[in-house]
Amino acid sequence: MLSFIAQRVLKGVIVLLAIVVLNFVLIRLAPGDPAVVMAGEAGASDQVFVKQLREKFGLDKPLPEQLFIYVKGIVTLDLGFSFRQQAPVSKLILERLPATLLLTLTAFAISLTLGILFGTCAARFAGTWLDTAVTIFALIFYAMPLFWVALMGILLFSVTVDWLPSFGYETVGGNYTGFARVIDVAKHLIMPAMTLGLFFMATYTRMTRASMLEVKRLDFVKTARAKGLSDAVIQRRHVLRNALLPVVTLAGVHSGTLIGGAVITETVFAWPGIGRLMYDALLQRDYNLLLGVFVICSAMVLIFNLITDLVYRLVDPRIEFAS
Amino acid sequence: MLRSPSGVIGLIILLLAISIAVFGPMLFPNSPWRMVQRPFLPPFTLSAVPLGTDALGRDVFAGMIFGARVSLLVGLVSTFVALVLGVPIGAMAGYFGGKVDDALMRFTEFFQTIPSFALAIVLVAILQPSIYSIVASIAVVSWPPVARLVRGEVLSLRTREYVQAAVVTGQSNTWIILREILPNALSPVIVLASLMVATAILLESSLSFLGLGDPNLISWGYMVGAGRTVIRQAWWITVFPGVAILISVLGLNLIGEGLNDALNPRLSREGR
Repeated sequence: MLSFIAQRVLKGVIVLLAIVVLNFVLIRLAPGDPAVVMAGEAGASDQVFVKQLREKFGLDKPLPEQLFIYVKGIVTLDLGFSFRQQAPVSKLILERLPATLLLTLTAFAISLTLGILFGTCAARFAGTWLDTAVTIFALIFYAMPLFWVALMGILLFSVTVDWLPSFGYETVGGNYTGFARVIDVAKHLIMPAMTLGLFFMATYTRMTRASMLEVKRLDFVKTARAKGLSDAVIQRRHVLRNALLPVVTLAGVHSGTLIGGAVITETVFAWPGIGRLMYDALLQRDYNLLLGVFVICSAMVLIFNLITDLVYRLVDPRIEFAS
Repeated sequence: MLRSPSGVIGLIILLLAISIAVFGPMLFPNSPWRMVQRPFLPPFTLSAVPLGTDALGRDVFAGMIFGARVSLLVGLVSTFVALVLGVPIGAMAGYFGGKVDDALMRFTEFFQTIPSFALAIVLVAILQPSIYSIVASIAVVSWPPVARLVRGEVLSLRTREYVQAAVVTGQSNTWIILREILPNALSPVIVLASLMVATAILLESSLSFLGLGDPNLISWGYMVGAGRTVIRQAWWITVFPGVAILISVLGLNLIGEGLNDALNPRLSREGR
């Protein structure tokens, strides 16, 4: 097991390095001489300053050496400097990371729980009106653009009935502490997390339903039935447990989509996470920050993939760690 | 395909959307950029502007008609480009196996690991927003599943007798891949492609929503994005274009399901 983890971590590091190299190429593709752009962002573009910048960031050196400097910087968690925000990129990202983790993990938990629940119900009552209703809703949620769901949520729950706040992480000037603050943040969290989770909920619902119907037909289910086990036990212990394997795989595959969805959700709800940071960087054409967020997002996906891989192996004892 | 009700509904929706995209602008020549009425005119008040106007007095209905062009065009073209990238990579990996397979699959996995929407944002931002950069970046983030699918199909087809017969008769590798193997691997690719068009439309609208659309073309995502700030005063500016996206994507997903039922009878409808 340890060697498996070591192997996977090594593979992840290699992929991350490749992403960093890709990032470097993308920075060079960005329009304009980086030094001139940086000087412009800093508000002074005279020749001396541009030359200084060029030397400071090694832009006068040959490309392979520049790449080396860039990679070395990233290894020491130096993602460059954002002139627009006047702060190191890594500092900006670290400040925003907890909010994004809170949002994505909540959305993930909601979507997985509800998706499995609805999928199980639909499979259990396959062919009835309940199944049809769940299937149709899943199809519609699956086709809705995330940004539109977010706006419809605001229209419904903030404008029409005024139940939930439409933006932010907590009430501005609320100065809540302790439990009251938790409640306040939770209120702000519900709508973004539900919005982000809806698409994935639809996916997991469809997947769970299909997978359960497939497992149901297998021989060991017949055996269990022949043994006289109750229907509830068969559904829970035999069908559901086996049916969940592809769902876990899908959850791993979707981690990248989840991060992408966070960019949209955080933008609409003004949620102070790295997705919103990416949008701000985009508006201001702050390429250092934009690509810094991109590297961190990729790293998050790699870590998430590693975790789902481990979970998958724990859930399914047939897969050996050695492979 | 015509036997599955969902496939038929999907096909009707798609044909409708295509005819709106092709003929709509001829029947409703109102430019979606021109001011036609007072700003914030609610929908269903004037028959000339049935869906009302936006913050600048532009016709929402005209925007939706013209937006259909962008959405469908980007969806279809970027899927086509993704196929052009993914099919050869998958076919080569599956056919040649060994080191070629290893190298190509690591390359594919690499692109699959990168969060696709984030990469699309970065690419469009760096290449500057235009219809070309949007198509290119959507294609770049969506080819890996194609390569993997084609590789799997080719792997299983490679050992078939008719392929070996072609090898024995001395046909070239290219000929065998193009004439013997790929035609038989087509049906799952068609299913995947129809779902990819749907995803591409969603991606395009999300990019436009964030302000990364082609500044010269009106699109549904752009309209929702522009209406976002005035949603409290004018719900219709965001609601209608979103419904258009929802319906087109739903139609394509239904077609994908219908095609899947028709082309892969192994996976019976019960199993889906």
